[in-house]
Amino acid sequence: MRDISAEVPGGGDYHPPCPDQVLENVLENVLQFLTSRRDRNAASLVCKSWYRAEALTRSELFIGNCYAVTARRVTERFCRVNSVVLKGRPRFADFSLMPPNWGAHFTPWLTAFGAAYHWLEKIYLKRMSITDDDLAQISLSFPSFKELTLVCCDGFGTSGLAILASKSRQLRVLDLIEDEVNDDDVDWISCFPENGTCLESLSFDCVEWPINFGALERLVARSPNLKKLRLNQFVTLGQLYQLIVRAPQLTHLGTGAFSPPEIWAQGSEEPDYEAAFSACRSLVCLSGFREVVPDYLPAIYPVCGKLISLNFSYANINAEELKSVICHCNKLQTLWVLDTVRDEGLEAVATTCKDLIELRVFPIDASEDSEGFVSEVGLTAIAEGCRKLQSILYFCQRMTNAAVVAMSKNCPDLVVFRLCIMGRHRPDYLTNEPMDEGFGAIVMNCAKLTRLAVSGLLTDKAFSYIGRYGKLVRTLSVAFAGDSDSALKYVLEGCSNLQKLEIRDSPFGDSALRDGLHHYYNMRFLWMSSCRVTLQGCREIAQTLPQMVVEVFTSESTSVKDEDEYVDTLYMYRSLERSRNDAPAYVRIL
Amino acid sequence: MVAKPREQNLEFEAAERNLSPGMANQAWGLEDSATDFKETELTLGPPGESRDAGGKSGTKRGFCETLDLNLTGSNAKRNDPGAQSQQEACPTAKHPAAKAKLVGWPPVRALRKNAMRSDGCNYVKVAVDGAPYLRKVDLEMYSSYKHLSEALEDMFSCFTIRNYFNAGKLMDPVDGSEYVLAYEDRDGDWMMVGDIPWQIFARSCKRIRLMKSSETVDIEPITPPK
Repeated sequence: MRDISAEVPGGGDYHPPCPDQVLENVLENVLQFLTSRRDRNAASLVCKSWYRAEALTRSELFIGNCYAVTARRVTERFCRVNSVVLKGRPRFADFSLMPPNWGAHFTPWLTAFGAAYHWLEKIYLKRMSITDDDLAQISLSFPSFKELTLVCCDGFGTSGLAILASKSRQLRVLDLIEDEVNDDDVDWISCFPENGTCLESLSFDCVEWPINFGALERLVARSPNLKKLRLNQFVTLGQLYQLIVRAPQLTHLGTGAFSPPEIWAQGSEEPDYEAAFSACRSLVCLSGFREVVPDYLPAIYPVCGKLISLNFSYANINAEELKSVICHCNKLQTLWVLDTVRDEGLEAVATTCKDLIELRVFPIDASEDSEGFVSEVGLTAIAEGCRKLQSILYFCQRMTNAAVVAMSKNCPDLVVFRLCIMGRHRPDYLTNEPMDEGFGAIVMNCAKLTRLAVSGLLTDKAFSYIGRYGKLVRTLSVAFAGDSDSALKYVLEGCSNLQKLEIRDSPFGDSALRDGLHHYYNMRFLWMSSCRVTLQGCREIAQTLPQMVVEVFTSESTSVKDEDEYVDTLYMYRSLERSRNDAPAYVRIL
Repeated sequence: MVAKPREQNLEFEAAERNLSPGMANQAWGLEDSATDFKETELTLGPPGESRDAGGKSGTKRGFCETLDLNLTGSNAKRNDPGAQSQQEACPTAKHPAAKAKLVGWPPVRALRKNAMRSDGCNYVKVAVDGAPYLRKVDLEMYSSYKHLSEALEDMFSCFTIRNYFNAGKLMDPVDGSEYVLAYEDRDGDWMMVGDIPWQIFARSCKRIRLMKSSETVDIEPITPPK
């Protein structure tokens, strides 16, 4: 850089910034406004000074695979981070396909962040293990810590929550979503600051232990900013009443059990639940209903007209009971239900919820041989009624290609299509054909599709469709499908945007695996379990692609042996580092 | 459904392969997930032998170990192109006894699965005329009227159940009045408990009431509360 101060007449103390420095300052100021991480990644590739400026101004960190990069590398590049999103285990770990203690520990990250990001405010973890000590350390390390969201995490318990609650006095958000929380018998609800809290969101519906209700009541009373409250199933209807009369400003409510206690006094006046809900004029999102006694559903009628999101996925209600609620919900955009509502219930949804964007239908009996209460009839009704649908997850035992084709044509905005026909290898119920044409139509007609999960009887043809038309697909889940390596080859060669590929119990082997060599580094991960890849095949990949970490293990925490014919589980991901040093003994990293 | 000839050949081929010796040490038996013939194969092992994705190594899916038959068949390796190109599943062939518990399928998270099981999820109110409290009862927990009667007896322990097969009459030992078990169905009608098969009752019952039999000359439909 030229030093121009000598050229200024009269010289002296003024040193105007050189042009490069001016540019960097301007750049930093501009880049501050860039929030999308994809845009930022692109900006950082322009040139070195843009790379530097971007690194200085990135405040939100997103790490999709905690093993793709080390904490040290991250903290060396980015120095002004105040929010972190960190994801660990792959999704199939949720279904017991991954042995325990595999990894994804938060502690090393926390140590690095503690040293580098003193002003860290937000942490979002998904499928990671976080300990009670970590929770305590968060409070210690980050004086202005504000938001903790843990999704599908484990390793911590009520004692860690107690410390966080008492020490992080600026805490606004504590959202525990589908975590496994240990019960250390600590009354963590009592530990929030006595004089008042900043709490805006508190979610503990996954905590499987009773909490101190009196303390919760007092907590709600001294949390004037509370907008989102999600209770667990140990909060009864009467207790819910006491809470919502104190907090009519709530926008999101998880209703807990929605049921009276085991015994309650007869003759004593039951509270006016309906009035209490009426007073909640801002309520837009309801969930809970963990032990719902349908008698009490009319209490929520007053809020139905404003509801944007309704989660009935733990509510064992039938078609009639759903209808009585849904008929009022004409603004609904997100609906999760159990299949107990049957096709008839879904038909009612299709009639009323014209703005529906996301639908999930879960099975009350999640087993292969279950009766299955919804079918192609329900799917067709939804397709015809909910034209704005973007995301669907549908568990059933019976489906037809025609229904899936209908959905592909009626719902052109579909981004996520996940159909789970629970009985393996089930063909079209009416024609006995494979489900190839249905899924083919989805990829053909839904131009915006980025996430697909397939099921039922599927031949290689289905995958040729996916490879040919699924150009935007980023996440693909396959189970018990396909005939041969060709299926996987179609996908690896055709789906140029594929990021996450998870496959189980399908006849794909080394030859298909080799076919993806050109693409694996563009992906976040590949998971193949109970397929036909051999150790040798995996080794070849590892040798050819040194930037991939290739892990093999069995789902029962035993090592894959050299003499095993096939590898039980292959989990492969790109990484900037050499292989991790925290893998348990049974994981072989090739 | 008539099995097409191709499929029949496959079954035969696969059956042959499964019966061939020397497969015992294979980590991953001859299970062919596309064809899933292990479901149809006749084994000499006990039913429900582990077929899950996470089988133990060493004994992993060693069905062949249990077979004494020594039909050499094709002993085809899985990447035999001849065998592979023919593969199509036989969808209707399912051997009930051979269906073992699959790990992680259907893909529903454990938290959700457990919640469904533990809640049972068929709660109805039980009220007893004259008693100061109501109870909540989960009908999923019971498999018969007798079972339910016993449970109710426990809950409202001042009564003894008598003749529960006979429309569930109960007797209050204190004042000698008889109680009758009645329920409100989904149409809002009050009926005597015990008239219909248990499963149908469990699905249609909305609430239960132990009524003094003096008040029930015949059970009439009562307008359901608001």
